[in-house]
Formats: sequence, structure tokens, C-alpha cells
Amino acid sequence: MNSLRKADLKAFVAAAVIFAVIYGLLQAEVIGAFWELNLVLIGINIILATSLNMINGYTGQFSIGHAGFLAVGAYVGAIMTVKLGFNMAVALIAGTAAAGLLGFLVGLPTLRLNGDYLAIATLGLGEIIRICILNIDYVGGAAGLMGIPRLTSFPLVFWIMVAILFFIKNFKNSAHGRACLAIRENEIAADTMGIDTTKYKVMAFTLGAAFAGTAGVLFSHYFFIAHPASFTFMRSFDILTMVVLGGLGSMTGSVTGAIVLTFISAALADFPQWRMIIYSLTMIILMLYRPQGLFGSKELSMQLFRSLKIGGKKQ
Amino acid sequence: MAMLTVDNIDVYYGAIHAIKGISLSVNQGDITTLIGSNGAGKSTTLHTISGLLKPKNGKITFEDKDITGMAAHKIVGMGLVQVPEGRHVFANMTVSENLEMGAYLRKDKEGINKDMADVFTRFPRLLERKDQIAGTLSGGEQQMLAMGRALMSRPRLLLLDEPSMGLAPLLVQEIFNIIKEINATGTTVLLVEQNAKMALSIADKAYVLETGRISLEGTGKELLNSEAVQKAYLGG
Repeated sequence: MNSLRKADLKAFVAAAVIFAVIYGLLQAEVIGAFWELNLVLIGINIILATSLNMINGYTGQFSIGHAGFLAVGAYVGAIMTVKLGFNMAVALIAGTAAAGLLGFLVGLPTLRLNGDYLAIATLGLGEIIRICILNIDYVGGAAGLMGIPRLTSFPLVFWIMVAILFFIKNFKNSAHGRACLAIRENEIAADTMGIDTTKYKVMAFTLGAAFAGTAGVLFSHYFFIAHPASFTFMRSFDILTMVVLGGLGSMTGSVTGAIVLTFISAALADFPQWRMIIYSLTMIILMLYRPQGLFGSKELSMQLFRSLKIGGKKQ
Repeated sequence: MAMLTVDNIDVYYGAIHAIKGISLSVNQGDITTLIGSNGAGKSTTLHTISGLLKPKNGKITFEDKDITGMAAHKIVGMGLVQVPEGRHVFANMTVSENLEMGAYLRKDKEGINKDMADVFTRFPRLLERKDQIAGTLSGGEQQMLAMGRALMSRPRLLLLDEPSMGLAPLLVQEIFNIIKEINATGTTVLLVEQNAKMALSIADKAYVLETGRISLEGTGKELLNSEAVQKAYLGG
């Protein structure tokens, strides 16, 4: 327990150092507006990828409708600030809760499905959400919801991201997390071990959806607008790609995947026609040479470095 | 005293009537076996008892409590634990992690450690491989692991679904010896088997299942010597 706390403290210090460096560079204007925007996007994508990883990676339920929950958070958050005049804190709580509630309601019936069927159901769900939004005039319909104040800043995104990563890490190491991993490994065996499989599948799905909602609120309050075209199924695939690239079931993998892909996508902003080609090539090469993703289901930690070092000395 | 009573259950897979009014009972401390050919409904019966399937009609009672249609994880908590057919170990976890998962519903750390040690004494091969990934074990070792994992939840009634499936004859003998040992230490066993001879030779009580119905019942010895059983299942 003590060593765990120590590791948490170390991770927190590391996060603070990373924050200080980036924030310093931003203040000194070494990092310009374009890369500041991408840093915010990286933070949001990390939240999205790690939350999807809870569902797809830890619990083994193949969901591809994450953009739907992102949209719910984006719109509910925007309604709170634009239409009802609440502040950002209320928007964050409302967006998170709304997406979580929807995840819960949808998860109960759909998580009885397995594999391909669940994938199709969640894909459909994402599209249903988007098309509903498209037809609600109250939130601007196809034109999108405009005039959202920019209440998201890099520090806000960064610390919310750290808090969510901390939560997900602890979730994985808890008894609940173990139950989720057991379901991924073998659902029948998990059932016969006394694990309430439905409860844990719905729990992971709800939490994953809720965090996607948080990301949505941050997203719409950075880009001034919530537009249905930002939440197509391509967006869901983007998130899924990050998770698969990093390795299903690895939180640090999802973080890396989110950083790498957001970075590639930003670096190729001037060559939009190349973006999807490079994306696809990356995935093909990865699937050929490392189908389990960059990290497999392992976590990147200091321990891993240490064991590598020891291994190196022995040779 | 009947520990488990199954009273006239009907189970359907969609429109298919798989179990047609089966009744059976398992006495405390016994080894009871359910034999029959492929598709007779043996596994379906077990799945219904352990809550993975729900019967359409009928009643299942365990230790005087009605468990008909109860959720599988709650039934495990009552001390009725199934080792599913085809082993179903957590393939990417180590042997000890698998055993820890078996104690998922328990909180008593000391008791868990003690039972883990007991499992390792009973299956020395698991001790040798305790840090090995379960998916890389041989078939027999996986069966031992699945049984050891079930024992970690301290079952009072253990349901075993074809523990001899796909194992070499020598290993089958070993597994059956272990079943007898487990039973001797006070765990009641309900055993489903295709290997009728082996199952009947260790059973106190036995049922023969044929296309969803019980066609014969008696003590293990009676059925072993019965002409009908010998013709149909024992190749004699």
C-alpha cells in the first residue's frame, strides 16, 4: 500500500513537471497557437482513448460508438453555458452525467450482445445520437450550436486528464477492475466464479461513456462550436485507432496512441490528402508486425525500464 | 438428505425443447453422476442448475432454498460452483492469478492463502507452474487449474462438466482420483461425463440421460452392471 502511494506521488510530480514545462513554453510563446490547440486536442483525445480502453480493453466489449457520447457531452455542456447561463463546472458535471446516464441506459440491453453484434449496436447508437442532434432545432440542427464561450484552457484539460487517468488506473487495480479483466479473459468462467458479469460490463460502459462526455464538454468549449459533423462514426474510429495502436488493455498504450496519432494528424494538417493514407499505413504495418499494439496489454512504468536495464546488464 | 433437488425442469434453446422434464437429486456427501451420449442434455442440465440457463418450468432447490432462475453469480455465493466444460481458464492470467479469481467472493485473506496452499498440495503440478500463463498449460493442467480455481471458492456442491474431455487415459485416471479425494474431504460432487465407465465406477448414484429425458437411474454399481447401459455406453 505504502509503495503504491509513493508511486502515485511520483506520477503526480512527473505530471506537475510536464505541466510546468509545457505551460512555461506556452507562456513564453515558444509554442504557438496552432500547437497549443493541438496540445488541448491531445489532452481531450487521451481522455477519449483511455475511457474507450476501459470498455474495449479492460472489459473486452467491442464498442465503436464513442463519438456519440462525446457529442452528448459537447451539446449538454454547451446548453448549460450558452442557453442556461451556468458556469463551466456545472457544464462539466452535466455533460459527464448525461453521457454516463445514456451509457447506462443503452448499456443495459446492448451489453447482452457479444462481439460483432455489440459493435454494430454501438455503431448504430453513435449515428442515432448524431442524427437526433442534427434534427433538433433548439441546438442549431445541421448548422451546429454556435457562440459557445471558450472556457476550456490547457491547464483545465491537463488536470482533468490527470484526474481521469488516476481514476482509471485505480479502477483497473481494484477488485472491480479485476472482475472486468476476468470478463474479458473468459465470460463463462467469470460467471462461474461468482462475478456479476452484466453489472461490471454496464459499469465499465457507463464510466467510459461518462468520461467521453467530460471530453465532449472540454471539446465544445474550446472550439466555440458544437457541430454534428464533428461526431461522425469516423471520429469513433479515430478514437478506436488510438486504443488499438497503443494496445488494447494498456492505459499507457492508449495515452501513447492518442499522442502519436493526434501529433501525426496535426503535422499533416497541410497535407490533408495524405492523412488517411498514413493513418491506414500505420495501422496495416502495426497489424502485420505487432497485432497486440505497441504495448500489448502491458503498462509502461518505471519498473519496466528497470527490468530492461537489468536485462541489458546481464547480456 | 438431498442437498440439491431438480424437480421436473424443462429447458428450451429458442424453439428446441432440450430438457424434457428432468428430475434428479444429489445427496450430501455423495458423488452423483449424469451420463449420456452427445446432445443428451447433460451440460444443459448443469448450466440450468448453476444459473447460466433458465428453465421454462420446474423447480431447483439447493439446501432448502429455491434457486430456480437465480443469477449465476448469486448461486456461486451460496456454495454451488461449476467447473465449465472445455476448462475455460483465464488464458492470459498466471496460474496463481486464476486461483485468486476463484476466491473472488471471499474476503478472508488467511483462509484464501490456506486454500491456495491446499490446492497446490492437491495439484503439485500447478505449484511448479504457478507463475506461468494459464493459456500455455497442457489440457490436463488446465483442467486441474479449473478444478483448483473452483475449490478456491469453497464449494459445498461442485458441478464438474466433462473433466475427462480430451485427456489421455493416464490423466483421466489421475483426474478421477482427485475427484474422489475432493469428495472424501467433504465436498459433494455432481459429475457429468461421457466416459461412463469411469464415472459410474466412482459414483454413489447415477442417472442416464437420453435426448432430454432420464432413462435410467440407480447406484453407480447397478448401472455399471446393467445390460442396457453396457450395450449403449460401455461397448459390451
